[in-house]
Amino acid sequence: MNKENSEYLILRNKNTYEVIIGLEVHAQVTSNSKLFSSSSTKFGAEPNTQVSLVDAAFPGMLPVINEFCVKQAIKTGIGLKAHINKRSVFDRKNYFYADLPQGYQISQFKYPIVGEGIVILDMPNGQKEVGIERLHLEQDAGKSIHDIDPQNTLVDLNRSGVALMEIVSKPDLRSPDEVNVYIKKLRSIMRYLGTCDGNMQEGSLRADVNVSVRIKGSDKLGTRCEIKNVNSIKFMQMAIHYEANRQVDLIEDGKNINQETRLFDTKKNETRSMRSKEDAHDYRYFPDPDLLPLEVTDDFIKKIKSDIPELPDEKKKRFIEKFKLSPYEATILVSDIETSKYFEDVIKESDVKLATNWITGELFAVLNDQNLEISKSPVSSKNLSKLINLIKDGTISGKIAKTVFEIMMDGDIDPQKIVEKKGLKQESDPKAIEALIKKVISDNPEKVKEYKSGKDKLFGFFVGQVMKASDGKANPQLVNDILKKKL
Amino acid sequence: MSDITSQTLSEIIKNIKEKKISSQEVTKAFVDRSEKSKLLNAFITEDFSTALEKSKIFDDKPNFDLKLPGVPMAIKDLFCTNGIKTTAGSKILNNFIPTYESTVSQNIWNEGAILLGKLNCDEFAMGSSNETSFFGNVQNPINQNLVPGGSSGGSSSALAGNLTPVTIGTDTGGSIRQPASFTGTVGLKPTYGSCSRYGIVAFASSLDQAGPMSKDVRDCSLLLEVISTYDRKDSTSIDFKRNNYSSELTNNIKGKKIGIPNEYRIDGMPKEIEELWSKGIEYVKDCGAEIIDISLPHTNYALATYYIVAPAEASSNLARYDGVKYGFRSIGKNLIDMYEKTRSEGFGDEVKRRIMIGTYVLSSGYYDAYYLKAQKVRKLIKNDFDEAYKKVDAILTPSTPSSAFKIGEKTNDPVSMYLNDIFTVPVNLAGLPAISIPGGLDAKGYPLGLQIIGKAFDEQNILNIAFAMEEKINFKNKITDWWIK
Amino acid sequence: MTIDLKTIKHISKLSRISVDDEKAKKLEGDLNSIFEFIEKLNELKTKDIEPLTSIAETTLKFRSDEVKSKNIKNQILKNSPEKNEDFFVVPKVVE
Repeated sequence: MNKENSEYLILRNKNTYEVIIGLEVHAQVTSNSKLFSSSSTKFGAEPNTQVSLVDAAFPGMLPVINEFCVKQAIKTGIGLKAHINKRSVFDRKNYFYADLPQGYQISQFKYPIVGEGIVILDMPNGQKEVGIERLHLEQDAGKSIHDIDPQNTLVDLNRSGVALMEIVSKPDLRSPDEVNVYIKKLRSIMRYLGTCDGNMQEGSLRADVNVSVRIKGSDKLGTRCEIKNVNSIKFMQMAIHYEANRQVDLIEDGKNINQETRLFDTKKNETRSMRSKEDAHDYRYFPDPDLLPLEVTDDFIKKIKSDIPELPDEKKKRFIEKFKLSPYEATILVSDIETSKYFEDVIKESDVKLATNWITGELFAVLNDQNLEISKSPVSSKNLSKLINLIKDGTISGKIAKTVFEIMMDGDIDPQKIVEKKGLKQESDPKAIEALIKKVISDNPEKVKEYKSGKDKLFGFFVGQVMKASDGKANPQLVNDILKKKL
Repeated sequence: MSDITSQTLSEIIKNIKEKKISSQEVTKAFVDRSEKSKLLNAFITEDFSTALEKSKIFDDKPNFDLKLPGVPMAIKDLFCTNGIKTTAGSKILNNFIPTYESTVSQNIWNEGAILLGKLNCDEFAMGSSNETSFFGNVQNPINQNLVPGGSSGGSSSALAGNLTPVTIGTDTGGSIRQPASFTGTVGLKPTYGSCSRYGIVAFASSLDQAGPMSKDVRDCSLLLEVISTYDRKDSTSIDFKRNNYSSELTNNIKGKKIGIPNEYRIDGMPKEIEELWSKGIEYVKDCGAEIIDISLPHTNYALATYYIVAPAEASSNLARYDGVKYGFRSIGKNLIDMYEKTRSEGFGDEVKRRIMIGTYVLSSGYYDAYYLKAQKVRKLIKNDFDEAYKKVDAILTPSTPSSAFKIGEKTNDPVSMYLNDIFTVPVNLAGLPAISIPGGLDAKGYPLGLQIIGKAFDEQNILNIAFAMEEKINFKNKITDWWIK
Repeated sequence: MTIDLKTIKHISKLSRISVDDEKAKKLEGDLNSIFEFIEKLNELKTKDIEPLTSIAETTLKFRSDEVKSKNIKNQILKNSPEKNEDFFVVPKVVE
């Protein structure tokens, strides 16, 4: 693997291969009830307690569509700058599996609700546009549990019928890094919109990864393989890496690549062919006769559009223009809706520059360390704002602030209270500092002589002594200024 | 007062309301007669003791404001009934007891009716003679060893045999109208979307409709009122203003224009059917209606279209019968083996044939040539009717190309069995309402039916025309009770 | 279009219905006569005709996003062929 101009390429025997990646992301729609039935979609319920007669496909049961799920799909389409299809059709995708009670999945084949769009990725070497092919609504299947009973598979239908949005990208991705940024961007957009919570541990977001390789410079697409149901970004990246190399090896050996479906084995870190799946996957799509075509009006779409909050791309632009943040800083602060909310809360009452540094610096360090989401931050935006204001108005120094911050973490304590209780107020009275300096100078006559004879580095020593004498509370700027004069 | 079981629904209701008879007496009469009629094999499940209990409860506190007060009724075993076994005539649902009720049957119970039992039918409603049922053939009360028609064969047999005063069936390609024709009774298939499909075991979703089967047109109109309702639980249900079919029933059809489609004059049409049709035309003229020749050019393609669309939808609708959640399961060494054995043993031959046809016409490479093509021809067929209805108010045709045939006569030749539906199938494809009334007898003395097809949502019109013709025809079904020793 | 034994085997696999050789032979005969009959549709030119997508001339009606269905686990599992209080039980898929 070679990173030439940060490109992801595979070198083998004088041949340079590039990797073509397309993703089919399955995002669980945030809604109270399922797509075609009124069962709950809550995560973590006891098995088969959120299953209706419709979900379990009892004889005579019929689907009735959830309006909110339709709105969520359209909303997401708008967030992807995509074309909304006013007329779309639900098709049956026919196949047999234990967790598919109907023996078919209601999906959309020929006429999806959302058409082409784009997602903009912020890569280290600039922006990249990734095309979206389409977005459609479909039912999720239930869960097959293979490892409780050695003889049998147990089936839980709680998830059966939950609304999914399948977002199909064009084969525009070229590296595991791009995949990482793409998934995060997609997730971020949906979290901003409130259409999917993007919680990969709970299975709200999964992807099928399509990988093919070709000699760099060729414009023909190679045979692709689909790696199904990868549920973390890390695994997606590992799967791509393994699969791309597997395909290159095959080509270099003069062998053909079979178009097939594969699974990523998370224990062995390799992809393998799904032998259990039927070789002939003929889904026999046809329009579901229990459902009429879905038609939405311009008004319907307009209303949804008016409900859209400021999205990451626009927010980033605004942060750069209005607050003069760097693109790098802006990207970080808009990357997740909770982060941007936190930031915007803090800067309501305090300095933008300080807020940026403290959030992207101290706060993120703590969150990473304790593996926390910003929504679970031990320090609230309100209190961080207060802390920043204490720095800005000179009450405490930046260094002291770090100490205060650490104390704040233990129960989100008001920084004002900490400063008062611990007497950490910065000493900014020039007379008091002068007094301290006088004492330090008189206590260290040899060092004064040495400094005056040219050892400039000793200045730091004096600053240190003054700070020590003041328990760190002396205003560093003043100390510097006055010390310069006195020495 | 005549024997209770020979009375019409309207007569029974009148007598109950006037307290001339009690619900218990009526129920007991039908139960007794049914007990003696096992030879007909019309019932799959009898619920007689419960029915009698319910009739007592009704009599203790009668509500005469209901439309079917204390009336006992048996219904086709395709309607899911809460707590009562529902089999769809199949082994694969042989032990299935729903915990829910179909909308149509619930409507009936809400109006005071009492369930007598579930009636035999062709397996999953696939058949025209009730010879594909897992629970055995049904006898036509008209004569021994005659088929009662299908798929609502148990319904038509029980009705004609006076084991139930009225009943409901389902019609996908003629399954109400054809058995009605074969047994000398009345059967109506309503406009698609007028009766809810919720809780009815699905065969072909875009064609299935529940409908009333009765001894006369008045009874038919009364039952239609009860079952035709808008249901949010069925996305194909239509919210339109429904008439009070029975109170608005009239025999005045003066000036109505009745179309006679020349394409229904099929090659080799039996002379008797021709004659029946001509007689029907005369009756209609007698009633003051006008006869107009029309053309439905794509009629000849209807049967082929139906035998692509219906099996295709069925192959998908029947995929849920996999032994996992309910019904029959065969032991398999792994999941696929279990599926294959369950479905192979659980389904009968006709059902398997149709699933295979359906799977094939939807399969990769064939979808365009078959299914898509059929849906296009379906559009042409519907257009034919739309055009015709610019000139006429209703269409008159024979219901079936023959009277009831012998049991076993057509079971070896699926295509000849399919030809039974030739006059009824176009109606389902176009989603229109149609009623079959007894028009006369053939040389053997077996009943033949006349079909009146209407515009969408225009059930009142066809009921009126049928009502007027019924009066003129004055048909009397000669039931000899041959099966009762 | 004639249907051969190979096609029968393929369709039976797709529809999860096992068919032994004897049954397959009979099916071949039946299906071929049915298909001969269906082939009639080829007589019609339908290139510019729109397929009938729905008989009911209305659009899909919406349902509100309320949770109406309760926990009916017992009802759901009641008819299950393999008795288990919490799950549906099926033989394992062959890996």
